[in-house]
Amino acid sequence: MTHKPLIQQLLTNDTASRWLFVALLALGIGVPFLNLVVPPDSVFHVPTYMVTLLGKYLCFAILALALDLIWGYCGILSLGHGAFFALGGYAMGMYLMRQIGDRGVYGNPVLPDFMVFLNWQELPWYWLGFDNFGLALLMVFLAPGLLAFLFGWLAFRSRVTGVYLSIITQALTYALMLAFFRNDMGFGGNNGLTDFKDILGFNLQADSTRIVLFLATVIVLALAYVLCQYITRSKAGRVLISIRDAESRTRFIGYRVEHYKLFVFILSALIAGVAGALYVPQIGIINPSEFNPLNSIEIVIWVAIGGRGTLYGAVIGAVLVNYAKTTFTSGIFAEYWLFILGALFVITTIYLPRGVVGIMDGYLSRRKSRQDKSMAAASPQAGVATGGKQP
Amino acid sequence: MPQDAIFSKEIKPHKTRAVSDGLPCSSLRARKLGAEKMKILIKIGLLMGLGLLFIKAHAGDFATLSHSLAKSDYSQKNRIIDELAALDDDRTLVIFKALIEGNLYLRKSDQTVVVGRDSREGVELTDVLTGQPLEVVGIRALEKVRINNSVRGKLRTVIASLQLSAKNSDIRRQSARDLIKSPQPELRNLIATAYEKEESSSVKSEMAMALAMVDIESEDVKLRREAIDILASSYSSEALGILERFGEKDGAGNYKEAEGNIGKLAAEGAERVRHRMEVMRFIENLFFGISLGSVLLLAAIGLAITFGVMGVINMAHGEMIMLGAYTTFAVQQLFPNWIEASIIIAIPMAFLVSGCVGILIERTVIRHLYGRPLETLLATFGISLFLQQLVRTYNSNNVPVITPDWMSGFYQVNGALSLTYNRLYIILFSLMVLGLLAILLRKTLLGLQMRAATQNRAMANSMGIKSSWVDALTFGLGSGIAGMAGVALSQITNVGPNMGQGFIIDSFMVVVFGGVGNLLGTFFAAMGLGIVNKFLEPYAGAVLGKIFVLIFIILFIQWRPRGLFALKGRFVTD
Amino acid sequence: MNDQKVQSILYLNGVTKTFDGFRAINNLSLDIRPGELRAIIGPNGAGKSTMMDIITGKTKPDEGEVKFRDTIDLTKHDEADIANMGIGRKFQKPTVIESLSVWDNLELALAGNRGVFQTLFFRLSKTQYDRVDEILQLVGLKDRRDEIARNLSHGQKQWLEIGMLIIQDPELLLVDEPAAGMTDYETMETAKLLKSISENHSVIVVEHDMDFIRALDTKVTVLHEGSVLAEGTLDVVSTNPRVIEVYLGR
Repeated sequence: MTHKPLIQQLLTNDTASRWLFVALLALGIGVPFLNLVVPPDSVFHVPTYMVTLLGKYLCFAILALALDLIWGYCGILSLGHGAFFALGGYAMGMYLMRQIGDRGVYGNPVLPDFMVFLNWQELPWYWLGFDNFGLALLMVFLAPGLLAFLFGWLAFRSRVTGVYLSIITQALTYALMLAFFRNDMGFGGNNGLTDFKDILGFNLQADSTRIVLFLATVIVLALAYVLCQYITRSKAGRVLISIRDAESRTRFIGYRVEHYKLFVFILSALIAGVAGALYVPQIGIINPSEFNPLNSIEIVIWVAIGGRGTLYGAVIGAVLVNYAKTTFTSGIFAEYWLFILGALFVITTIYLPRGVVGIMDGYLSRRKSRQDKSMAAASPQAGVATGGKQP
Repeated sequence: MPQDAIFSKEIKPHKTRAVSDGLPCSSLRARKLGAEKMKILIKIGLLMGLGLLFIKAHAGDFATLSHSLAKSDYSQKNRIIDELAALDDDRTLVIFKALIEGNLYLRKSDQTVVVGRDSREGVELTDVLTGQPLEVVGIRALEKVRINNSVRGKLRTVIASLQLSAKNSDIRRQSARDLIKSPQPELRNLIATAYEKEESSSVKSEMAMALAMVDIESEDVKLRREAIDILASSYSSEALGILERFGEKDGAGNYKEAEGNIGKLAAEGAERVRHRMEVMRFIENLFFGISLGSVLLLAAIGLAITFGVMGVINMAHGEMIMLGAYTTFAVQQLFPNWIEASIIIAIPMAFLVSGCVGILIERTVIRHLYGRPLETLLATFGISLFLQQLVRTYNSNNVPVITPDWMSGFYQVNGALSLTYNRLYIILFSLMVLGLLAILLRKTLLGLQMRAATQNRAMANSMGIKSSWVDALTFGLGSGIAGMAGVALSQITNVGPNMGQGFIIDSFMVVVFGGVGNLLGTFFAAMGLGIVNKFLEPYAGAVLGKIFVLIFIILFIQWRPRGLFALKGRFVTD
Repeated sequence: MNDQKVQSILYLNGVTKTFDGFRAINNLSLDIRPGELRAIIGPNGAGKSTMMDIITGKTKPDEGEVKFRDTIDLTKHDEADIANMGIGRKFQKPTVIESLSVWDNLELALAGNRGVFQTLFFRLSKTQYDRVDEILQLVGLKDRRDEIARNLSHGQKQWLEIGMLIIQDPELLLVDEPAAGMTDYETMETAKLLKSISENHSVIVVEHDMDFIRALDTKVTVLHEGSVLAEGTLDVVSTNPRVIEVYLGR
């Protein structure tokens, strides 16, 4: 078994994940083809706005994956994960802002428009170097990573757990939102960063650029999925589950709970940051409302509805809820969207503690109950299977 | 016709008052005497005579005089002003003020004397005689009553004298304050006389100040020292300003006012005033802090029950506050004639509305989720979205909640400190709610059962406590208190569908900071955070101050993960 | 495994712990020799659990010394440190990782490096596999190795937890009420198992069940109100008038 390729190894005994990869592959090949090759008047043509929309869903899926890793597997309910997403997004946004160069409204070659507007004379030190894609990319990881490290190190070391942790993560993102709303923070205040022109020299409005960004999102989602799958299936993953189920017991066995939590928290923040960095060039704007605690709670909704403690559940939840949101907020149901969302929340938590995936699992396990023991890997209600233990 | 009616109504009291005050003499004597002296004479009623009264009643009724004031030339004006002043009619002040401010006009069409105020549409007119608002006209329809410097000086004196001797103590106080703001040495005797006669001690001290503002510039060293003493005991920035001016030093470091040690005394006096004002500013900040703390306390206290006692993270808590605020609005809409009492009516109503909604939520949703705090968070968040949207469907804008008169205005403690009534009442109200709640939890059967059920559910059940009903009532109580908080908060913030969102994070901060399950902790946390926030604001600004407070709490939780007043014991598990 | 020079595997001296004015542990002194099997009894609230908490680092004492292998001050270390030094603990209420399988529970407890990156890239070796298998055999759960721990019976959970304790290979085992909720037969089996463990480990057993204590046939310490009331064989302490008073006199 250990000789099989990693991907195959990770997807063993996991029908749902296999299907997910098939779907991602189909999206990765199909969408570019249908957008670029199929003529626009064909019924099969996928318009560019649809590509962007799909890209957005997949960014949210990555974000949901990040949250599921810490909440579903380690029991850390972060109500501030939007902060890491937004920080990654701002790092990317700063790069895109510098790329505008003198094409801004005020035509200043160095200063972004909002700085000219505020009568700033020179670039603040923390904007230096953001014209370099490499450094911007580094910051996409560094900014959320450092914040997660600092926050997690403090919080986990002092054993802040459960709802207390949730509430202070919420305070964290709230504080960041207030801070980023301030003009003198130097991040564009209320309006955030927008009016981007191009990325690495490619026009952001061009279909081909959109497709490449979309493909990048698909690939990152696949990689993040494999990474999370690897972690949750390793022995470390089982330590995470035991922390979730019985934290103090895990300590008495001799595991340094705070190290595990810190590790997985930072990793999750990094994944969220990357999701944000992919989101911004596709959507074309990043502003402080991304830090809004409500956004962070919405991420929790996706994971809860999809089914926490299963990676594919998080992905399905993010896509489903956001698809529903797009559908309902634009049609005659616009007024009822919040009713629907609210009701979804209540119903899911009471009747579907394992989310949509729970229903699917129930259905599947009735059909082929014998093989499926391992499928519900690590969900809080089902527990983890032992696949791959025999030498 | 209507004017005639008013005349006949007005003249009679004038006559009787004129007799008792001895006013009639003034019109004859005034021209011979100096302006101030004249007023003194009026006030002490030195001369009096029935014959003179007769003359006055004919030549000097208000309508005639005001009309001739408008038509006369500058020299006649001084005389007519004196005659008008002698009438002791409340309307004279209006006409004089309008005149000195250049707002007195004759309406060209019918030669009525009017006061005009500039507005966007033109000039808004008020009839001088009746006080009734008239139409709005263009400036061309009016003829301005003009004055020169001599008349202006005369008016200033007369207005001050009328005000200082007014029967209404508020007018006298205001006049004294005006004189403190812009001291007028030529009115010194006038003020001194008014000061001697003054009976209200608070007005008297203001007049003493006004006098001191003049006296400090006098020739008499003794008088100047006394003035400095009086000014140094005040709270006003004007006193501070003038003391600082006299306490200045020249380039060599000596006091400019060396004579009689005035410079040094003034500098010391300024220091005393400055110190006192600093104390007042501190008290004011403290008051703002406590009032913000009370708002936080009100918002958090219901949460302290649902979260602290029951372990339910009620994200819809903010919406319970919102429902309370909307109840206030509804009460005011239903009983538009009872605005003054609306708040009092709304408090129990809001308690019932939010409490019932709370019980409904507990019975339908939360009871399925006990022991799973993170899930209650999600479900109640859904409820919060639902309730917000429900209200938004009714009206997506903010609704206007009226503040009753008894809650508006402020209590003036001294020149540097005034406390607004609405904040005072909110402080009192929050303490009252906290007190009642503490009594409820400690002294009543429900309170006992609540505490029993939350500490050991199985044991409470076996003792015959229907814990499911206790849960519902506890949750209802927490929600109801949030509703009452909403009534109070409707008086100081906007009432709209999103208002609850503004309180939820702060409320959680307070409860967590204070230590879950501890009312006293909630109290200290709310007050502490409120005060710290207000004291940070002058240095950091409101937003940055708030950010600092949030960061402080985040760090504080690291140090004491269970809050200020954590429950301790070996049964507390993590 | 036991260092010959070590005098006491565990040494408590003058330990006191107060919770909100309640003295849970009051000037408690205890001395466990290497390889010793010690039974601790005492009525409810005698401070047994708090004593365990102090030894394993969950609770810090207000005063007094707690030494492991003569030199290591346990009050300076946290739970994970102490567990890795070689003190294993079984809880009163069986706490296994409910959503993991029996096998995973044992594999987690298996002695080895507990660092994040070590577990991330961990591969079970042949000897480790055999060891887990051996313990499965020992605690009689071999045919339930893939069962999710939640589905085990109460007794099976107790045994699994004992298995997890053994597989950690600690020098000192703290066993809190292992016989609670077991049948008579299981109780006797557990006593036998503990006796065999104590042949090459030091063991402290806290228990209420007198038959179980008798079956252990070892030195007994009676705790009362946070301090030692009597010490000796079961026969000696059970005739001690103060012990009788504490147990029967109320």
